[in-house]
Amino acid sequence: MNAVFTARNLVIGALLVFLALLPIYVVATGQFFPLTLFTRIVILALAATSLNLILGYGGMVSFGHAAYLGVGGYVVGILAKEGITSGFAQWPLALAVCALFALVVGALCLRTRGVYFIMITLAFAQMIYYVAVGLDRYGGDDGLTIYRRSQFAGLIDLSGKVQFYYLCLALLLAAIWIVSRLVNSRFGMVIRGSRSNDRRMRAIGFPIFRYRLAGFVIAGMMCGLAGALLANHTDFISPAVMHWTRSGDLIVMIVLGGVGSLFGPLIGAVTLLMLEEGLSRVTEYWQIIVGPLLLFIVVYAHGGIDGILASLHRG
Amino acid sequence: MSKTLIAAGALMVCVSQPALAQQKSVKIGFVSTFSGPTAVIGNDMRNSFDLALDHLGRKMGGLPVEVIYEDDQQKPEVGKQKTEKLIESDHVDFIVGYIWSNVLLASLKPALDSKTIMISANAGPSQIAGELCSSYFFSTSWQNDQTPAAVGLYMNQEGVKNAYLVGPNYAAGKDMLTGVKATFWGKIVGEEYTRWPDQLDFSAELSKVRAAKPDAVFVFYPGAAGVQFLNQYVQAGLKSQIPLYTAFTIDETTLPRQGENAIGIPGAQEWVNDLPNDANKKFVADYKAKYKASPSFYGAQSYDAANLVNSAVVAVNGDVAKKADMIKAMEKADFASVRGSFRYGNNHFPIQNFYLQDVVKGPDGMLGLKTVATIVKDDQDGFHDKCAMK
Amino acid sequence: MRDEVILLIEQCLNGLQFGLLLFLLAAGLTLVFGIMDLVNLAHGSFYMLGAYFAATFAALTESFVLGAVLALVATFVVGMAVELIAVRKLYGRDHLDHVLGTFGLILFFNELVRLVWGPAGMNLPLPPFLSTSIEILPDVYYPTYRIAIIVVALAVALLLYIVVMRTRVGMLIRAGASNREMVGALGINIRLLYTLVFGVGAALAGLAGLIQAPILTAQIGMGENILIVALVVIIIGGIGSIRGAFIAAIFVGLVDTIGRAFLPEVFRMVMTPAAASALAPALSSMLIYLLMAVVLVLRPQGLFPVDGK
Repeated sequence: MNAVFTARNLVIGALLVFLALLPIYVVATGQFFPLTLFTRIVILALAATSLNLILGYGGMVSFGHAAYLGVGGYVVGILAKEGITSGFAQWPLALAVCALFALVVGALCLRTRGVYFIMITLAFAQMIYYVAVGLDRYGGDDGLTIYRRSQFAGLIDLSGKVQFYYLCLALLLAAIWIVSRLVNSRFGMVIRGSRSNDRRMRAIGFPIFRYRLAGFVIAGMMCGLAGALLANHTDFISPAVMHWTRSGDLIVMIVLGGVGSLFGPLIGAVTLLMLEEGLSRVTEYWQIIVGPLLLFIVVYAHGGIDGILASLHRG
Repeated sequence: MSKTLIAAGALMVCVSQPALAQQKSVKIGFVSTFSGPTAVIGNDMRNSFDLALDHLGRKMGGLPVEVIYEDDQQKPEVGKQKTEKLIESDHVDFIVGYIWSNVLLASLKPALDSKTIMISANAGPSQIAGELCSSYFFSTSWQNDQTPAAVGLYMNQEGVKNAYLVGPNYAAGKDMLTGVKATFWGKIVGEEYTRWPDQLDFSAELSKVRAAKPDAVFVFYPGAAGVQFLNQYVQAGLKSQIPLYTAFTIDETTLPRQGENAIGIPGAQEWVNDLPNDANKKFVADYKAKYKASPSFYGAQSYDAANLVNSAVVAVNGDVAKKADMIKAMEKADFASVRGSFRYGNNHFPIQNFYLQDVVKGPDGMLGLKTVATIVKDDQDGFHDKCAMK
Repeated sequence: MRDEVILLIEQCLNGLQFGLLLFLLAAGLTLVFGIMDLVNLAHGSFYMLGAYFAATFAALTESFVLGAVLALVATFVVGMAVELIAVRKLYGRDHLDHVLGTFGLILFFNELVRLVWGPAGMNLPLPPFLSTSIEILPDVYYPTYRIAIIVVALAVALLLYIVVMRTRVGMLIRAGASNREMVGALGINIRLLYTLVFGVGAALAGLAGLIQAPILTAQIGMGENILIVALVVIIIGGIGSIRGAFIAAIFVGLVDTIGRAFLPEVFRMVMTPAAASALAPALSSMLIYLLMAVVLVLRPQGLFPVDGK
């Protein structure tokens, strides 16, 4: 159909090649900091991808998605503190708790629309934030240091920086693949359809609520996985990771990259975090650029970077 | 400003010589708070550290010194990130600073995992004095429980029968209140922990204090919180009714805003600006001349940290790769500390005196902190036997 | 017994004070939301600016009151400028666009403040006549400043009530909240009305900020946390309703303060004081969000919904 070598595909391809080959450069030069930085980027891209499933495609603007990063991370952290360091126990439990949390929150929130939906997802995120702050045994606001990363019985050593990075990258690509399959399936059609016209979808006979809730749960679980990865990456978890402004950051990544595009969240994560790293070395006041940039994109460039790239080959 | 320049300079060094193996300079990373209301503490520490470097001629063991200052924004996760960045990206030889115990605890693992020598110039959480102790960690301050324990002793001397304790709900706050309870003989009629760091309105807690009618109140509120608590204590009319005993709540950084409210309110400290040793006289005088302000204990501890680092680098003649030798040298505490000489315990925390300080109005009408008495000599923290090191 | 009563009275006053502060913030937010259908996350930035302006002007003029007045004017002007330059473009758009656009404004203002005033924040010292305490009941002293806050906020609430209920401008505002197009069709200069309302909202937020500044100090990002609570208040109260905002704000203020004050006692029976003190404020904060969730599920339009739309 379309040409393969569009600007957009070239950029995405180059990015993926770069991400795949980064560890080689790092090991060769002995400079490990870029790997640390990009591991973080990949993990947050995973979180943003999960949010994009419901926000970008489903139009469900959840302003409390960072809560799942926290829930996933805290399951790993709490179990680690209590002596259970096996990843085979921690990670499935993290996913299960996130699924349960998403089920309950979604069941309540999805009854509302528009700004009320935004507010109520925010409220639930704040609630879980305060629960974490109140957990005195697990550090509360001071956070919890994780002394031993998730153990996988020798299959993979998460303390190995390169191994861990490739694991995160693999999981990100798997997530993007899952999202692409979902949105192009019947499930995806319903979600996307209900975004633009709720009533029509209902009239056709689809149980909208159930589909949306399922999407919500899947997105929550995916983000919980990102949380488990983040906790392992930083050897630390604190309530700060769930603050509503962090949910805002995820949304910013999606908007920057391109709402409702497969690789938009990854592009957005790379852009935002590289801006943060790079610009912050040039000037402390880099955020003064990001703010108006965001506003500009919202008003004029609705498709984000992905949209800009796609439009380069339109015609 | 200079921080950005130093950071940019360090970045250029990193980028232009990727395989920099041999040491051309001594690199020190300094993590403290440089934004928000407690930036005044971070600035005091930076000024003092810088002054120490001036006194050392900007060289240690013949090598030029490079310091990279990073802002932890008073948040554990930010402090941790900055610590990691200093270690992994800037490849510092020493990491110094840390006002807040929770920030220090979050940043400990990256430093120790990378075997970077870490010096706390303020925070002294009980965990690091005990089970989390490490040969790579040194303190030039105190252990959190020690200072309030000294206050507790003083309260006994003053005949206080019962007390109400108030402090912030984070690692240091808990340590402090525990410290008072360790030495104070009287009854604890109330114990309040407030949200940290954003709760600066103490009306609820002050109402409870008033209702409990204790003989005395003990409080620990560093920085801006200390200013607010003290001023609100006075505004609520409590100062004239119930004596207040403090730790880390009144110091040279908070005094300008507490003003006359602070007169007559005692506190304990391991350093007061008028300690009669030569190093201290020079430190205070030169600080006042250079910065037109009085240094606080945060600054004094940072000044000592610089000299501690220097003693290590000198001992190995600039070969900072010899970490074990540097650690041995540091354990001797072989430098002129502004608090007078002290020695290190097995957990690398100082064994030192604690003094009673009070706020008085000088002949020129200016308020200042003065040493009133020595509360306890050669005090060692109570956690050193939980530490596995000998 | 008497001591407990005194404590309760003091805590109720504290809760009232916090609630009134929330009202000042919520009033502006609900007005803008109700009339222009705009979710303004940057409302917290005006709160911050009010505090910084007041600290700056008070230092320049050496008068607390004069500094406060000037700060109000300055925040009003900045509010109108923001509406003209940026916010205007967001009218009629998706709520997500509002959220994102104004989130961008938050980032911008935080950095702007850092650029202009530096990272350390600013202090606003109280003048001597406000630093005392008043004997409100025999042997019960309450800080004068907090009484002043209550008085000022109540006065503003009364003023708002009079303006919105009893003046022509207020009538336009109420009409605009119910039916935007109709008001436009009547030939009223809707754009000017919007700009003014936005400016007034900003000034109210600035007032809340400068009131808090002597206690909390002016610092970067100070609006972020309280903004969320203000949003919760207007959802509970009903978007567009000032009366709803008032009642919800007082209620939320009381619940939060009394919860923080008395819950630790309850928890202390089963856990250590430190743990109780960590859990109690967490729980009382959660209560507010729980309340909002319940209201949204049962009465999605809030407690005092504005009719029409």
